[in-house]
Amino acid sequence: MAAERVSMPGGNGRAPIDLSGKRNTGERVIGVVLFLFAAFSVLVTLGIVLVLLFEAITFFRVVPVTDFLFGNEWSALFMEKQWGVLPLVRGTLMTTFIAMVLAVPLGLMSAIYLSEYAKPSARSVLKPALELLAGVPTIVYGYFALTFISPELLKPLFGSEIQVLNGLAAGIAMGIMILPLMASLSEDAIRSVPGSLREAAYALGATKFETSTRVVVPAAVSGIIAAFILSMSRAIGETMIVALASGARPVAGWSPLDGMQTMTGYIVAVFTGDVVYGSIEFQSLFAVGLLLFLMTLSMNVLSQWVARRFRKEYQ
Amino acid sequence: MSANSELGTTQSTVTQHHWRPRISSRNRASKGFSLVFMGATLSAVLLLVLLFGVLLVRGWDWLTLDLILNQYSRHPEESGFQAAIFGSIWLVAGAGVMSFVMGVGTAIFLEEYAPRGGVTDFLQTNISNLSGVPSVVYGLLGLALFVEMLSLGRVLLAGALTMGLLILPIVIIASQEAIRNVPLGLRQAAYSVGATRWQVVWHHVLPAAIPGILTGTILAVSRAIGETAPLIVVGASAVVFTNPSGFFDHYTAMPMQIYQWTKQPQSEFKDLAAAAIIVLMVVLLTMNGIAIYLRQKLGKDRW
Repeated sequence: MAAERVSMPGGNGRAPIDLSGKRNTGERVIGVVLFLFAAFSVLVTLGIVLVLLFEAITFFRVVPVTDFLFGNEWSALFMEKQWGVLPLVRGTLMTTFIAMVLAVPLGLMSAIYLSEYAKPSARSVLKPALELLAGVPTIVYGYFALTFISPELLKPLFGSEIQVLNGLAAGIAMGIMILPLMASLSEDAIRSVPGSLREAAYALGATKFETSTRVVVPAAVSGIIAAFILSMSRAIGETMIVALASGARPVAGWSPLDGMQTMTGYIVAVFTGDVVYGSIEFQSLFAVGLLLFLMTLSMNVLSQWVARRFRKEYQ
Repeated sequence: MSANSELGTTQSTVTQHHWRPRISSRNRASKGFSLVFMGATLSAVLLLVLLFGVLLVRGWDWLTLDLILNQYSRHPEESGFQAAIFGSIWLVAGAGVMSFVMGVGTAIFLEEYAPRGGVTDFLQTNISNLSGVPSVVYGLLGLALFVEMLSLGRVLLAGALTMGLLILPIVIIASQEAIRNVPLGLRQAAYSVGATRWQVVWHHVLPAAIPGILTGTILAVSRAIGETAPLIVVGASAVVFTNPSGFFDHYTAMPMQIYQWTKQPQSEFKDLAAAAIIVLMVVLLTMNGIAIYLRQKLGKDRW
């Protein structure tokens, strides 16, 4: 860039205005620094991927990937070690399923109520309450599951059939945890449906319920599906509830009344004991972490794709 | 609602036999389901009440000054968690400063500097994906990167950096939104009198966006206070008897102590955990209150 010095004859005794672009060096430095800040977020992603891959690959040198992915026995902390991840995946999917069964209908109905039915005064109370529920740390839900849901709600119901640590209590607490997320994301989607659609439905004589469920909700379906997938991804990655309440035994069964270990639960369980850096247990954490990362990442990408691909444009 | 029922009666007088039963049953269905939807929302609120109720009943008697003044003890009646409170303060200070600087810088770049298109879209997608990574995975990153590779060991700094990375995407997204809400006219006015890009950002955009940025940062930091899983992974200690004296000290944090007490078999420790949860929730509610206050006081109707 040829820096040509243009001098403006200043008649007022001030220095001539410098238009050379030289004073922009500082500007350019700031631009570069800001770019580096932004690039740092890419480094974080790269760091996560590399760290997980590096340790996982060392792990897969000892344990073949197929044994890991399709093996049905996980006994990392015994003498005779088995590295089949399926019991952990099953634990994760079961607790997640229980959570979704609770959170999806309640969340969706709350979203419809808040957006379509609630008076402003009711909304101004209920919405902050849901936000409050969303701000409760997960360790608190874990405490709730372990000391209340399991012994005081489920024990009287199921008696001796239910174990103290069980997947059902953890799943229920997890459902309460993701309920506000499901509700607020779906509500955003439902609220963004333009009023003209509702008015058209009312003009045809539809009742409020018919308008909500046959016009508004179908129009918001892409956002609702995205909300569903995001909530599920959150449940899969949730750690403290299952670490406290679901037990530490990877099992092969399907009963939600038994204890079960999830992928996240395994990671925490290993660290609660002593883990030696570089040992096979240490590396197995990263293999499980990699699988967890890939599952949640693909769901997040899927939810963004659904939201974009099936979004209806209303003008 | 009333408009619909009026419509129903008008129609039913015209073609009585055919319409009346259907209209009224449809209206009844609509009424009924409005109650169902309201019930669903109320059940969410009731769950919140139940949760706080259980915590208060269990923890109330244990909510003494000893809890915040004493250190950990094997005897529940004299045990407190002062070291955990101080540990949390240190953690949050480190994570907050780090994520604030990096996050606001990134947000300024994305909103004010970056050209629209390819690279920016990539950065944006990357940030929204980062915000969906489970916290325990951040723990694994912190363990491999800070604890082992940089050989920091299981010290406060490793925990604070990990937490900083964890909340970085939240700070970025909140700051971007705050910056985007600053009206374009403000920038154009500044540019038109010859301000450079950085002068526009520093003197006009940032001061206008700061309430929103602070609100977002406080909410992100309150997320960090409650996070437990990454701390377990990067090696926060379960039992610490002294307050941390610096970033290279061993540490524990409030949720770590709650986790440790909850796992104890004795019910006294579980009740102590409930009391500690109440303290944690009070801290979180206070921070949320400050965030809401900032948003309303500094940010209301300015444009």
